[in-house]
Amino acid sequence: MIGPYYRPQLTSIMSITHRATGVFLSIVGAPLLLCWIIAVNNGPQAYAGLVGFFEGWIGKLLLLAILFSMNFHLLNGIRHLIWDTGRALEIKSAYALGWAVLGGTVLLTLALAGVLL
Amino acid sequence: MSMVNPLAKARGLGSAKSGVHHWYAQRASALLLLFLVGWLIFSMFQLAGAEYIQARAFLSSPYNAAFMILLLISLFYHGMLGLQVVIEDYVHRPGLEIVLHFLTRAGAFSGMAIGIVYVLKLALGA
Repeated sequence: MIGPYYRPQLTSIMSITHRATGVFLSIVGAPLLLCWIIAVNNGPQAYAGLVGFFEGWIGKLLLLAILFSMNFHLLNGIRHLIWDTGRALEIKSAYALGWAVLGGTVLLTLALAGVLL
Repeated sequence: MSMVNPLAKARGLGSAKSGVHHWYAQRASALLLLFLVGWLIFSMFQLAGAEYIQARAFLSSPYNAAFMILLLISLFYHGMLGLQVVIEDYVHRPGLEIVLHFLTRAGAFSGMAIGIVYVLKLALGA
């Protein structure tokens, strides 16, 4: 999709972002969920250590990236499931749902970041 | 060297039957994750700023433990299927491709096993 004749479009950018967030959630997000479960098992000190990591700026940045990816992949996944039923495939609805997904992602990410960061 | 073209060979043999399995499994796990990640997000709001005792009590409760185990299975399975497609699409060195497919599957099943054991350990109070 990259070349002299490619013009960035919402649909194609969201398509590759769906893949990128999926890969990121698989290799970073899911293992961090495991870390949380293991920390709860290992006791107050381990739990405090993990919470401490997420209070630092690297941890906060990482958590923000995971929250954004999770919300985007979740909402855009609904858009994909709607397409799979054969609905909303017209360019106009593909764009309308695309903007709705982006708006929802920003709102949900802000709400979660507000309580977690 | 056969002079028969591939389409002619395949014709009349019926479908391969498992052709849509990957496609279907990706979507079935997505649908499950829709509810399970919804539960995870709801729980994140509840547990925001939680002390250790609250986090432990949360994971120890039978329903939360069950949901967490379902989430771990669906999440690692869905991630495994997704990574498989990404590797198939972008990695074109045969040896590397096989190694990555192996690591993806090994990682996904390890993640499920480790997660389930730790959740059960808490939930059953061992």
